[in-house]
Amino acid sequence: MSWLGRILIALLVALGLWRRRGDDEGERIVPAGERSPRAELVVLLLLFGATLCAVGFVVIYAIDAIGNQTQLLGLALGLCFALVAAALIVISRHLVVTEDNEEDYPEPGGDQESQAELTEILRESNSRFTRKRLMAGAGGVTAAAMGAALITPVASFGPWLDTDSLKETPWRRGLRLIGVDGLPLFADQIEQEVFYTAFPEHAPRDVIGSPVIVVRLDPAALRLPPERAGWAPGGILAYSKICTHAGCAISLYRTPKFAPTQPRPALVCPCHYSTFDPARGAKVMFGPAGRPLPQLPLMVGDDGILRAAGTFSERVGPAWGGVRGKPRSV
Amino acid sequence: MRSLLFPVRVGVLAVVLAAALATSAAAQPSSPIARPSPDQERALPLVALGAQLFAGNCAKCHGDRGQGLAPSKENVGPGAGGAGPSLRGVGALSADFYLRTGYMPLGDPHDQPQRAPVLFGDREIRALTAYVASLGKGPPIPNPSPDEGDLGAGRRLFTQHCSGCHQVVAQGGIVTGARVPPLQKATARQVAQAVRVGPYLMPKFSKKAISDRELQDIVRYVMWTKHPSDRGGWGISNLGPFPEGMVTWLIAIVALVATCVIIGKRVSS
Amino acid sequence: MRLRRAVQSLDERSGASPFFVKALRYLFPDHWSFLLGEVALYAFIVLVGTGVYLTFFFEPSLASTTYTGAYGPLHGVEMSQAYKSAVDISYEVKAGLLIRQTHHWAANVFVAAMVIHLMRIFFTGAFRKPRELTWILGLTILFTSLLEGYLGYSMIDDLLSGMGLAIGYGVALSLPLIGGNLAMALWGSAYPGLHVFESRMYIAHVLLLPLLLMALIGLHLTLVAARHHTQFKRTERQTNRRLVGVPTFPGQAPRSLGLLLAVAAVLFLLGGLVQINPIWQWGPYEAQLGTNGAQPDWYLGWLIGALRLVPGFDVTIGDYTLIPNPFWGGALFPLIVLGVLLAFPWLERRFTGERGHHNLLDRPRDAPGRTAFGAAFLLWVGLVFFAGSADRIYVFLGAGYEAMIWIYRVVVIVAPVITFFVVRAICRQLQAGDRIEAVREAAEAEAELAAVARQLPDEPDDTERAVAERP
Repeated sequence: MSWLGRILIALLVALGLWRRRGDDEGERIVPAGERSPRAELVVLLLLFGATLCAVGFVVIYAIDAIGNQTQLLGLALGLCFALVAAALIVISRHLVVTEDNEEDYPEPGGDQESQAELTEILRESNSRFTRKRLMAGAGGVTAAAMGAALITPVASFGPWLDTDSLKETPWRRGLRLIGVDGLPLFADQIEQEVFYTAFPEHAPRDVIGSPVIVVRLDPAALRLPPERAGWAPGGILAYSKICTHAGCAISLYRTPKFAPTQPRPALVCPCHYSTFDPARGAKVMFGPAGRPLPQLPLMVGDDGILRAAGTFSERVGPAWGGVRGKPRSV
Repeated sequence: MRSLLFPVRVGVLAVVLAAALATSAAAQPSSPIARPSPDQERALPLVALGAQLFAGNCAKCHGDRGQGLAPSKENVGPGAGGAGPSLRGVGALSADFYLRTGYMPLGDPHDQPQRAPVLFGDREIRALTAYVASLGKGPPIPNPSPDEGDLGAGRRLFTQHCSGCHQVVAQGGIVTGARVPPLQKATARQVAQAVRVGPYLMPKFSKKAISDRELQDIVRYVMWTKHPSDRGGWGISNLGPFPEGMVTWLIAIVALVATCVIIGKRVSS
Repeated sequence: MRLRRAVQSLDERSGASPFFVKALRYLFPDHWSFLLGEVALYAFIVLVGTGVYLTFFFEPSLASTTYTGAYGPLHGVEMSQAYKSAVDISYEVKAGLLIRQTHHWAANVFVAAMVIHLMRIFFTGAFRKPRELTWILGLTILFTSLLEGYLGYSMIDDLLSGMGLAIGYGVALSLPLIGGNLAMALWGSAYPGLHVFESRMYIAHVLLLPLLLMALIGLHLTLVAARHHTQFKRTERQTNRRLVGVPTFPGQAPRSLGLLLAVAAVLFLLGGLVQINPIWQWGPYEAQLGTNGAQPDWYLGWLIGALRLVPGFDVTIGDYTLIPNPFWGGALFPLIVLGVLLAFPWLERRFTGERGHHNLLDRPRDAPGRTAFGAAFLLWVGLVFFAGSADRIYVFLGAGYEAMIWIYRVVVIVAPVITFFVVRAICRQLQAGDRIEAVREAAEAEAELAAVARQLPDEPDDTERAVAERP
């Protein structure tokens, strides 16, 4: 045994934690096993290491000058746990008896006697009732009513029935398009092969009815539905920036530099890659979205600023029962 | 009819031969680039060398005077010639970007240009760039100084304009139809160029959309993403849940199952 | 003796000695795979410990504030209190990042450990009578944990979490007939909803669901102990009526305690050394922003895979949208998985007609139908899970995304069917092999016996002993 082990044992003895016992006489419950001083030594060393690590954790925490605190703290605490785990594994394998006991499983049918007893107690307890059905029924009704009363405040969540806010958008005819920098978007600023994000003026930005993505395509390439004639002055198109699939922001614009050999322009969602065709009213080209992005009709004011010429072609956001229909402008 | 098509056929044949030659050349360690002899190359003035290199390596798709070639049945398809956009007016900026990233020359005009080993020498690139610049009036090579950019503004602008495709820490991603490259290998100049060029399917931001000053901020941020602040330790490529799940299963669960096996082994005493 | 006095003193005041004797002598059967559930339990303990610490520093509020803390790139950025406090935990609170990361790793490991525990239970038939309730409780714990984890990373209000929450909102809206009302009830308004939604997530994450999980876990363990562990038949002593194992104390205790510390060690080492969810790099969420390839934590990866695989259509009647698209992948798919697993003990009983009481485990080959079904089911869910990573595969390997999605759409249906028949055939082959082996061994034993009998006709006792001692 090394001097380190001896010192440790001496310490433990001093603390009263260590006791050599004589052989127990008589019948034992836990059988005796062989002693293994070497394993004990290993355990002591592991515990010593763990103690050092734990102390190290405190020291690292206390001294600000030490860099990479997170890493060192994690290392210290992790190693401390790992060393104690190792000590326990050594104990389990060499220092406690691994018994090989047998025991009966509970009876497959359960304890028949107590089952009978329980049934009897339950049955006999209601012998003073004469109209059992009625009483049970009344109790049930009261319980249901009480439950309903208790759960009623849940109705304060919501509004459960008023789904109007799902149909709303701040966009209405005449509102100017405001860029991310807070300045209005001028029609002649909008160039092909770039995408812009815009919000309605004087309206909150952080509602899904607000953000639109603005792109300009060659007017000759547009294939908008006939009823949307005039929605894209100079080929400038605005669509809701919120994906109609699951509500992520359409933040990808793919725009070919050499149309003959490269894929068509598309607006793409980064969550599930729904791909929309801006030239065709944002029809779904690929991916899980079930409907096109709602389009915002545009017009150019006398000041050259882009304005909404109306509200979206359809309600914005992920689909729900009432998603198809004209949005309400607020 | 026959006489009309004849030159085209000859052209196709020549291109097929050239392609075959190029492939066989690629198989060898020697370069697939058609270039004058070293002595000639040294002797030629830049633009003249550029013109020669262009004729030998680029004209197939971009036209003999950089006017571009529209695709047709003859020149597009496996093993056939090429088609490509006009280079008049793209300027030194574009040529320098495509050549120094190895995006060009491109094997098949339908392929996405990918970062690849650069096949031209430095003087050759300067020559080609000068030649392309001479084809029309176009922007010069930018020279951003990322150190002067504002990191916070760059982060905000990058999140607004770029992260939808490039991922918020510039680790790359996809768009339907193309891979979006991670930006860890891009130089500051290349980032600045790409914003203006919009290679392949990327938007092409003009100075009105992203000013030079803003561009500098963005470049600063992209350079920062090469070594982002990984305060938490090993950054596992700053992608979030995808590599985290792999660490969970391949490191944590493997380690813990191994522990279970060790602990579960009974040693009868 | 001092120990005796302590025991006596405690028992006089509690009468707990019989209980302790029983508990300490409870038997644990001998196989490493029985420890997988314990790994999950210990990860949960670490989760509770680290989670409580984090609540002291996290502010569940969407009130706007301007960041001025230690992390430069976010200086001057408008953000919610929630996000700011989470960044502060990572940058200002000493040891905060260690605890935060350990908490997050523990969540990932907790669910992963439950999944492999579930697989062990399934493929060995441990869910059969009398343990169906334990099985149902276990599944409830698993699925509650998915929601718990989702809420945990969703309430931070960083860019990734906001995108994930938008998808959750989309899935809630997609429930046929009630979707709009349900989303309104929870969010109070169109997404991102009222600020109070943050408090709702928070209280669910730190109180309601943890309490539910604790109750469920407690019940699960109580039921395990009440019916005792199952066991593999490895010796003749182990029968359907008789359990062989090591008692809680002293044999099992250091093992379990050691495993607890090993789990804690792995989690804290990961928490300190491997970065998880670096929210400061994602930046704050705005509804109009996005980042490419947004992924949920791994345990919801199967849902994003399903959402991505479904072709684009809504089921409509006139202008009424009956079934919005996210319903298929985000709601129906997990409900089918949960439903099949919940019903499996009864489904199997109906198919096999086997209603017995089982304390002995099957080897997977012993139940070819179950094993084949399990493999096919696992592959089905697994393929959908991997489909969710097709975008990253495209980035790394260059296989086209759209092509991969189309291939997955086919393979997800075809491969499990093939797997079912292949695995069943393999199991039957293995069983046949076992039978041949058994016959051969019996014949050899007989021959040996005969040979020994011929050689030593005078000592029949020894011969019998030799045969009896054969393993």
